[in-house]
Amino acid sequence: MSTFLGIPGIRRRSDGATGGDAPDEPFGPVPHPDEPLRWGDAFPAAAKQTLRDDQLRANLGHATRTIRGKRAAVVGEVPDWEALRDAGSAVKEQVMADLPDLLARLEENVTARGGVVHWARDAAEANRIVTEIARAKQADEVVKVKSMATQEIGLNEHLADEGIAAIETDLAELIVQLADDMPSHILVPAIHRNRSEIRDIFRRRMGDAPEDLSDVPRELAMAARAHLRRKFLSAKVAVSGANFGVADTGTLAVVESEGNGRMCLTMPETLVTVMGIEKLVPTYDDLEVFLQLLPRSSTGERMNPYTSLWTGVTPGDGPQEFHLVLLDNGRTDVLADEVGRSALHCIRCSACLNVCPVYERVGGHAYGSVYPGPIGAILTPQLTASSGGLSGSDDVNSSLPYASTLCGACYDVCPVKIDIPSILVDLRAREVDADRSRSAVDPWRAAMKAASWVMSDGGRFGVAGRAATLGHALGGSDGVVSHAPPPASAWTRSRDLPAPPKQTFRQWMAEHEKDGGER
Amino acid sequence: MSAREEVLQRIRAALGQPGTGTTAAGRVGTAPAAVEVPREYRTAGDDAPGSEAVVEQLVDRLEDYMAHVRQVSPDELPAAIAALVAELPGAETDRSAPTALVAPSGLEAGWLAALTDDVVVHRDTPEAPLTAGDLDALDAVVTAARVACSETGTIVLDGEPDQGRRAVSLVPDVHLCVVRTDQVVQTVPEMVRRLSAHPERPQTWISGPSATSDIELDRVEGVHGPRTLHVLLVSPR
Amino acid sequence: MRIALAATCIADTLFPGAPRATVRLLERLGHDVVYPRSQACCGQMHINTGYVDEAVPVVRNHVQTFAPVADGEWDAVVIPSGSCTGSVRHQQAMVCRRAGLDDLAATADAVAAKTYELSELLVDVLGVTDVGAWFPHRVTYHPTCHSLRMLGVGERPLRLLRAVEDIDLVELPEAESCCGFGGTFALKNADTSAAMLADKTANVRGTGAEVLTAGDMSCLMHIGGGLSRERAGVGTLHLAEILASTRSEPTALPRARSGADSVEVAR
Repeated sequence: MSTFLGIPGIRRRSDGATGGDAPDEPFGPVPHPDEPLRWGDAFPAAAKQTLRDDQLRANLGHATRTIRGKRAAVVGEVPDWEALRDAGSAVKEQVMADLPDLLARLEENVTARGGVVHWARDAAEANRIVTEIARAKQADEVVKVKSMATQEIGLNEHLADEGIAAIETDLAELIVQLADDMPSHILVPAIHRNRSEIRDIFRRRMGDAPEDLSDVPRELAMAARAHLRRKFLSAKVAVSGANFGVADTGTLAVVESEGNGRMCLTMPETLVTVMGIEKLVPTYDDLEVFLQLLPRSSTGERMNPYTSLWTGVTPGDGPQEFHLVLLDNGRTDVLADEVGRSALHCIRCSACLNVCPVYERVGGHAYGSVYPGPIGAILTPQLTASSGGLSGSDDVNSSLPYASTLCGACYDVCPVKIDIPSILVDLRAREVDADRSRSAVDPWRAAMKAASWVMSDGGRFGVAGRAATLGHALGGSDGVVSHAPPPASAWTRSRDLPAPPKQTFRQWMAEHEKDGGER
Repeated sequence: MSAREEVLQRIRAALGQPGTGTTAAGRVGTAPAAVEVPREYRTAGDDAPGSEAVVEQLVDRLEDYMAHVRQVSPDELPAAIAALVAELPGAETDRSAPTALVAPSGLEAGWLAALTDDVVVHRDTPEAPLTAGDLDALDAVVTAARVACSETGTIVLDGEPDQGRRAVSLVPDVHLCVVRTDQVVQTVPEMVRRLSAHPERPQTWISGPSATSDIELDRVEGVHGPRTLHVLLVSPR
Repeated sequence: MRIALAATCIADTLFPGAPRATVRLLERLGHDVVYPRSQACCGQMHINTGYVDEAVPVVRNHVQTFAPVADGEWDAVVIPSGSCTGSVRHQQAMVCRRAGLDDLAATADAVAAKTYELSELLVDVLGVTDVGAWFPHRVTYHPTCHSLRMLGVGERPLRLLRAVEDIDLVELPEAESCCGFGGTFALKNADTSAAMLADKTANVRGTGAEVLTAGDMSCLMHIGGGLSRERAGVGTLHLAEILASTRSEPTALPRARSGADSVEVAR
């Protein structure tokens, strides 16, 4: 696997087909960036690129429609869904408020059961810890369960630099890894690929894929099974994330479908779990809430095929050495924001991506972060706050809070009721406020200031309205403006604009009142 | 300062606890308001554990996820197991070799009493555990279960001697799982509360055979975990 | 009832037909409509674009203009817009508090409690679904995002439309999908917005409707702008304009650019 140095732009496939001509050329439109939470162009430009990919839009449209339907069906059959959301939201709020105590309890309980707990301030520290453990086990290969935390810290690239191969075992993650691509979805990282693209990736990159491999999903899944089987049975070290960590018991949970998670969590001698500090629940019984909310929201199943729970080390069963790495990496900066902190309630179900009309059109890569979609738009800028993520227009991540029409579909489906639209609005205000300190003339700021002056007084607003009616003639015979100067040109590129009316409402109402109304 | 101390200090700063410095981005947050967790959700179903209704629902949900279900009496169980074993495809092994099963050390011997003589049964014990390679060469595993949830079609194994360590129910390609109907509850909270007596046991929650939706979000059954799941529902009558 | 009308800045200036129809409709139903002349804008555009400091004077003006409703001088405030009502209800007090204006925030909350989107006012407050309207045309309805999700107006607009005499109301496929307007989103992310709009206009055209209606002029300006550019021959009318239409005073079909690229004003 190659590591791309520098911050890449979005690279297009040269032949427009499903892969490059040279064997070393990445299939993916996105080679590996240095920063998994900040890559490529700012959102509007990156989206402009991805919008041109008709195949991508077709793949995403099909996949998100499918999953939306499944989710709606299985959520609809739960009579107490809203009560579960209320409980889930409040439990997470409680976790954030009690975080120091809960983490200490988790640590104590994991340690008491023979686990080793490590703390990592940032990505580099977490990567170093995992590397040292793998080295100590003399492993030149580790098997991995799909994990957003390890995507976020760029663990695979780091391990590769240290001569250790990280093998992704989740099917979608394997597709992404073989294609030297980046994930574009939290749950289904290869959602941007269709079956025939996947077949081509397997044929060219898997090494042991059957010559006559077809694009039938079942055959593709069987090819992955055969490819990974030996790795599972021989790996010495596994790396996972965690969906939940129970403070009271030290129990960790991984939710999955394929059995690759069970394999990684069971077969190797050593298990390293990298978990964000926000992934806690206070008690074991709290799982009764989240293990209802998560599967129905994410894969649209009543329950995912497999959930593994383990507590430290169990003699004679599974890994006999267990390490838990507790990761900050910007989470405390999110926690410090009174409004934005609820982004940490996220249980990574990806329902918000699947319903987002923006995500559905542009795909995950346009967000330039391993966390795409609505949750990514609020999480990425906050997680990168210490490196400028909320510092205004100088940082590409500052475009993310604007990557939404505020349509609210994300909030409706969020199983833990994160009010994403309100957080987006709040983050926009923070970006704007950060820009205020700069002396550069900002046309948006100038326009907003002027509009504020006009729109805060009925008299001034009336005058402006009357002035606008002078533009009535701009519309020509059909009352339509088709070519406007900037910034309205962004509008008239694809939409007409009505010419102002001859008479504003305010003027009409004055006459109407003079006539004494209709009655 | 150790990483532990520093992360905890940042958290305290983020939560506005006095005298604790700042987060990495130099911020100090505000203290969150106290939270009361509303628990208005159902903690039990309409139907009693083990009732006909929950068993019927469990069957429906298991079949929906492509598990194979048979309902038997305790007396019929050994013959039912033997019949399933006789039909095993032996996908992973040479057909000329005898059918080979693994059973955890605590599995009731009577359950396997009806197997034909040509079936080899390996007992996996803490003293003599099978290797991964051994398990991979076997055709099937037979286990008991701890609890099942009908609304979600979930069966939980908790690693006790009748269910075995996790590898045993994972590596063989066919899983024959015996569930007593009195172990079946309707809702997830009922299931969790039965399990919370021993949260330290390694648990595997199983809802149908392994599956993936990673290709165009179409569900395909059977990936790395057992590709076939047979559930034998035993009514103690 | 004495009802104060917040006309919304965009309709006041660009689409006076919507508030005019609101006045005609409510007066026909026997209510007094008051138009406080100090009104201008609710502040939503500033807030949603991140210019919260600039929003403060705008919000203050709105709150002070409509404060008499809290003292009982009027019975209600009506806004013929889902998103402006949403901003009044969910954002104005927050903006005041953020600026340290707690008294103003309290007034904002009191005003918001008596502020209704048009379909809410008609169905919930005035208790009518059949407003006696007549509109003999094929119409499809787009439930704007803020009406649908922020306010939860649900079926109210459709119940009102179904009661209109001689209307041919057809369902809009993927109706609940956002049109891509999103205020300044349409400018800041023009390409993404246009992609969303194209799907919306395709769905509208597929219905064969003569008129697309909604409870929000801003979304209608967006979709209507797209339909006009495509010469789709589908015009837009605010919900109020259909509900205000009667046999004696029918609302004319709106201008709709069509394939012939000529002015088409049907009556």
